[in-house]
Amino acid sequence: MIQTENLTREFDGKAAVDRLSLEIGKGEVFGFLGPNGAGKTTTVRMLTGLISPTRGTARVMNYEIGVDDIHIRRNVGILTESPGMYDRLSALRNLTIYAELYEVEHVERQVEKYLRMLGLWDRRLEATGTFSKGMRQKLALARSLLHEPSVLFLDEPTAGLDPEASKLVRDFIRELQGEGRTIFLCTHNLEEADKLCDRIAVFKTTLRVVEKPSALRQQLYGRQTVFHLVERADQARVLLEQLPAVKSAKVIDERLLIATEDPDRENPKLIRALVEADFEIRFVGELRHSLEDIYLQLIGQAD
Amino acid sequence: MRKVKTIILKEWAEVFKNRLVLFTVAFMPLILTALPIITLVATGGLEDEMSTSVSGSPPDEFFGELCTGLSEMDCVQVYTLNLFAMMFMLLPVVIPVTIAAYSVVGEKMARSLEPLLATPITTLELLAGKAVAAFVPAVVATWLSFGLYVLSAWFVVNETVFSYLLDPMWLLAIFVVGPLLTITAVSTAIIISSRVTDPRIAEQLSAVVVVPIIMMMLGQSVGYIILDKQMIVILGGATALLDVILVYVSVHLFQRDNILTKWK
Repeated sequence: MIQTENLTREFDGKAAVDRLSLEIGKGEVFGFLGPNGAGKTTTVRMLTGLISPTRGTARVMNYEIGVDDIHIRRNVGILTESPGMYDRLSALRNLTIYAELYEVEHVERQVEKYLRMLGLWDRRLEATGTFSKGMRQKLALARSLLHEPSVLFLDEPTAGLDPEASKLVRDFIRELQGEGRTIFLCTHNLEEADKLCDRIAVFKTTLRVVEKPSALRQQLYGRQTVFHLVERADQARVLLEQLPAVKSAKVIDERLLIATEDPDRENPKLIRALVEADFEIRFVGELRHSLEDIYLQLIGQAD
Repeated sequence: MRKVKTIILKEWAEVFKNRLVLFTVAFMPLILTALPIITLVATGGLEDEMSTSVSGSPPDEFFGELCTGLSEMDCVQVYTLNLFAMMFMLLPVVIPVTIAAYSVVGEKMARSLEPLLATPITTLELLAGKAVAAFVPAVVATWLSFGLYVLSAWFVVNETVFSYLLDPMWLLAIFVVGPLLTITAVSTAIIISSRVTDPRIAEQLSAVVVVPIIMMMLGQSVGYIILDKQMIVILGGATALLDVILVYVSVHLFQRDNILTKWK
């Protein structure tokens, strides 16, 4: 649904997006992770035909950016970073305007459908200026869906929302995922990306990596086992390092972290070795790295 | 056309909830209509005084051919009518500036421009919608005010003086040159609104289009300019040419890329 090849955008000679090459399939939820100023919004703007690339090409739903921009805008939905509603107008009026601009056939029906779906129907006649941030974000999400786009670009959909509103938006994104829509999700929220995305890209001007979150963990850290010992963690490390199955061993905060090729097979041997050497084991578990660890490591490498 | 209509209705729904805009569109024409009527009524009160004046005829060096064959009183009233008729060339310039100057920069301030530009609307459709939304209230308010002015004048002045108000020259000025001036004002304001980052700056800069009309009014009030048919036709032609240039420039200066990326 989305293909980019060496997509580059420069501002005053400085690249904001540098040689981005991606391929995103139909029905995929693709997380686009990066810090502020990484070029995420610039990428979304290029892919939605709002701004032109300096170099490179991209196709969205087989329409080429810079050539078929009007077709792209007709067929994709975009949730911009800021909801950008007409504050003096009602929710109903706001959505009606956009439904007409998106050439929706059954304007009233579509507007009602999404107002109800996002729980805003009862407040449809109120000016959006009186809405909370969460309600405005929901309304903006409804706006992006009025024309039933197959590809949806969501730029920080839960930024600044309280946990309840964030959950509602996330649940809604899951529903959209269930409908087979392709979703390009720009976010800072790593937990959100971890829960929602099929694949994630870590991006800071250039693309650092694209992978499934679980594969990234495996790729960067392997599978690690953590041993909580009552005492003498350093001595235990020296003991285990001598075993051929142990790839690495380190002590962090009195916890012994061991990496092996196959923890399922090797861990019983490690535990036996520790017990035989009179080490008292309080707890054994698998160390699961958060997406945040991965993100910080990759962004750190980028710097 | 459907999208242009949507933009027009959206603009009206938004701007007419703004009291400042309402004042500009509704009250300013009323004030500018009331002012000449009050002046005509006041000059009517001078009739006795003038009819006993020594000269009894208006000074040719000031009024030129305007008062040929008229009494001093009639001449003063015709002069007043002409002077204030120019107000109706000022109105179509003043009214749309407030609306048009806010049209693009206002969207940017409200952060509604990006979602709007993300829809499949063309630049021409967007600008046409915004321009018509500013143009129509200005022209309608001007014509209604002029109608009210003519109606009031009919009660205040005699038939001879009244016939001057319905002179084809003024009808041409109000019904043809007026709308052309509105297009000038709207195009200028939209160009400025597309380039600045603050609605106040947009409005102040756009107000510059009023200056030539005020200069003409001043010129006429001191007898330096006497508007005649030839001058109105030349003014209309020049304005039409200027409008073509301004509309072309406004569409070509509206670069989505620059507007989205260079405005912070």
